[in-house]
Amino acid sequence: MSRNLEFEIFRYNPQEKDSVPHMQKFILDETVNMTLFIALNRLREEQDPGLIFDFCCRAGICGACAMVVNGRPRLACQTKTKDLPDKITLLPLPVFKLIGDLSVDTGVWFREMYQSTESWIHTKKVFDPKAQEERMDNDVAEQIYELERCIECGCCVSACGTARMRDDFLGAAALNRIARFVVDPRDQRSDKDYFEIIGNDEGIFGCMGLLACEDVCPKNLPLQNQLGFLRRKMGITAIKEIFGK
Amino acid sequence: MQTYYSDLLVIGAGLAGERVAVESAQKGFDVICLSIVPARRSHSSAAQGGMQAALGNCAKGEGDNCDIHFGDTVRGSDWGCDQEVARLFADNAPIEMRRLAHWGVPWNRVVPGKSFYFKGGEKFEKVEKEENEGLITARSFGGTAKWRTCYTSDGTGHAVMCTMDNRCAELGINVFDRKEAISLIHDGDTCMGAVVRCLRTGELEVYLSKATAICTGGFGRIYKATTNAVICDGGGHIIAHETGVVPIGNPESIQFHPTGIVPTDILVTEGCRGDGGTLLDVNEERFMNIYEPEKAELASRDVVSRWMTHHMRQGKGVKSAYGEHLWLDIRHLGDKHISTKLREVDEICHHFLGIDPRKQLIPVRPTQHYTMAGIRTNKDGAVYGLKGLFSAGEAACWDMHGFNRLGGNSLAETVVAGGIIGGKIVEFLEGYETRFKTSVVSEAVKKQQERIDNLISGRNGTENVYAVRAELQEALMKGCFVFRNGPDLEECVETLKGVLEKSRKVGLVSSGAGANFELGSALKLEGQVRLGLCIATGALNRTESRGSHNREDFPARNDRDWLNRTLAYWPEGADEPDLKYEETTPYFELPPGDRGYGGGSIIEADKTEIEAKTIKR
Repeated sequence: MSRNLEFEIFRYNPQEKDSVPHMQKFILDETVNMTLFIALNRLREEQDPGLIFDFCCRAGICGACAMVVNGRPRLACQTKTKDLPDKITLLPLPVFKLIGDLSVDTGVWFREMYQSTESWIHTKKVFDPKAQEERMDNDVAEQIYELERCIECGCCVSACGTARMRDDFLGAAALNRIARFVVDPRDQRSDKDYFEIIGNDEGIFGCMGLLACEDVCPKNLPLQNQLGFLRRKMGITAIKEIFGK
Repeated sequence: MQTYYSDLLVIGAGLAGERVAVESAQKGFDVICLSIVPARRSHSSAAQGGMQAALGNCAKGEGDNCDIHFGDTVRGSDWGCDQEVARLFADNAPIEMRRLAHWGVPWNRVVPGKSFYFKGGEKFEKVEKEENEGLITARSFGGTAKWRTCYTSDGTGHAVMCTMDNRCAELGINVFDRKEAISLIHDGDTCMGAVVRCLRTGELEVYLSKATAICTGGFGRIYKATTNAVICDGGGHIIAHETGVVPIGNPESIQFHPTGIVPTDILVTEGCRGDGGTLLDVNEERFMNIYEPEKAELASRDVVSRWMTHHMRQGKGVKSAYGEHLWLDIRHLGDKHISTKLREVDEICHHFLGIDPRKQLIPVRPTQHYTMAGIRTNKDGAVYGLKGLFSAGEAACWDMHGFNRLGGNSLAETVVAGGIIGGKIVEFLEGYETRFKTSVVSEAVKKQQERIDNLISGRNGTENVYAVRAELQEALMKGCFVFRNGPDLEECVETLKGVLEKSRKVGLVSSGAGANFELGSALKLEGQVRLGLCIATGALNRTESRGSHNREDFPARNDRDWLNRTLAYWPEGADEPDLKYEETTPYFELPPGDRGYGGGSIIEADKTEIEAKTIKR
């Protein structure tokens, strides 16, 4: 224990006139059970109050603190310094717009994603406050929840080869979102409806299958399976379209 | 200066805020939600356990109804709640859970047949009925007579938050993230909106609205050890309180959760104990069954936190580099249960402690968790003192929790209260027109710009933001934690008065430009110290023990003198709060009595007075 950690941190504040993008070095003594949450807060409170980064729940539940840690997108709050070498390089996530230093704008990106995937239950049924709830098989409920665990940290998007090359690619988070509604019996959209949203190069057919998304997902979502599942489903839908069923 | 206009401005886009917004948007009103973080990162999403609603679908919830839920809530509050509000809540909770199911929440459902559950470390069998297959099921939580807590694995808050935010997207509600309200715009009578700092650019913006709702959650971050997210820093309370006309209700009423992990204070869910986990001491022996033979680990949170602290004081705590703690044992629940029903707990143990809860014990200690204290509203969610201002959720003192909140009642409150208060806001907006006085607006903006300039230039002084905040946090940990007493509280008040002085002399070290965090912290520092002073002063004055407020020098619950609610005002320019009191409830449906757990004596209120206020339903 008692290492001196050397942090190389990306610095750039677009709102500051003289600011230019550069890497800055910080030295910090390591303490027991230190996470990057503890380390970055100490750096800000003790060394540079201007340092910009995001944390919210600090417990791996909300996804606010994703950044590139020694080359790999991950949640800073659940990264223990003892699992890292003496030298730690921190960069903001690519793909998303930079707000300053390690902070990026995931909010706007995901909001646009909700709109493009129409991320809500599509149903003609009207809620009746006097009626008993509609029944659902518990296994189905658990299957839906399994896909709804996404915390929108943006790790999968920033690790995605296609997303890095084209701005309009929906990315694994959006495809997983669609998969969540596909398995939900309450959503009355047909495969053809889903095809309208993701049956193109911006969607399921743009994926190069590099699968970094699944490698870096901090919630271990089955992104690979969902991509395969949707691609087959959409492929079949496309063929049906061509041959008129 | 960018100015936005809407019928309803909702400050805070967690579950309460978005539920309020949905209600107005459904009726065709124009709504803007502001949030410091993307809405789904709101602290609502961190709630693991579930939402209480008396559906009575599962075997152990059979025979449950709204009356029993109401009774549990009132008893849980230690008769500190408004019973009219508790009734509204209990009656509406089942409808709201079903509505959430309709909107897309994947609630866990009843699976018919035989299954096992644990209670107090022992294994029991239960049989779910065929005819209830597929209905919303429930789990057990502390302080409840029936299994009533609806859940989706241990990600209930997250799942409901996703659904609610989807609903907002569907309705086209503008949810602006990275926006922080730093002051209300008001003329002393009517609220007209807020001055907002954009957390992308640092620029000030104006939001004008006919109605404004503050739904910003709790303020646990003024304590050093808290389970709260870093955004739960009292921002909403502060802007309401500093108007001088809005009181904080029951500031001394702060809940401590029995199982924050050591050292990071991340919460592991009450579901651990609900599902049969036990608390062990340094000798790895159970102790809650000694103090509370009936409920043991499942007594209410204030009771468990107190007995844990008591047990550690008896020398039974586990010593560590971070102070003493106890153990939470869920090893006997088995791999399958831990991997599915308690997965978040499993992940927390792995990521933040580096342990496997199947084989190892979890270090825990009581930690600040919930603020029953809040912006005082009436039963319609209308804030005392300012027309057009509303509040819902943890930010508000509505007040269904009184002096102690039951697990599963807070997450349920966000949506149930959000629905009810959202409906009342709709009633308010219908046919309501107002005028915005430009002089009031420009004065409010000028004042905030001056504050910012002074902080950046260091004109007021050079006190360090983080150092002053640490003094506040430590003073509260020392004087206003699980146990309280006169001398410690007096010392705490004195210390905080000194901290208040310092907070007025803060100057920034950094430039304050753009998304600067130091500036954001500095802007709310004095308000945070004021909240701390309200807690300490309120606690010093309240010479009794009720729910989470526990005075060692006044161990009895004193209904004769203290069956009331504290209202802490902060008049403009004052150095201390002005405390007033009001009756806890307009009537009793359940007259004050024994809670059935927690021990302690009761100094009874005048019988004829209670009888006169008691109604039959």
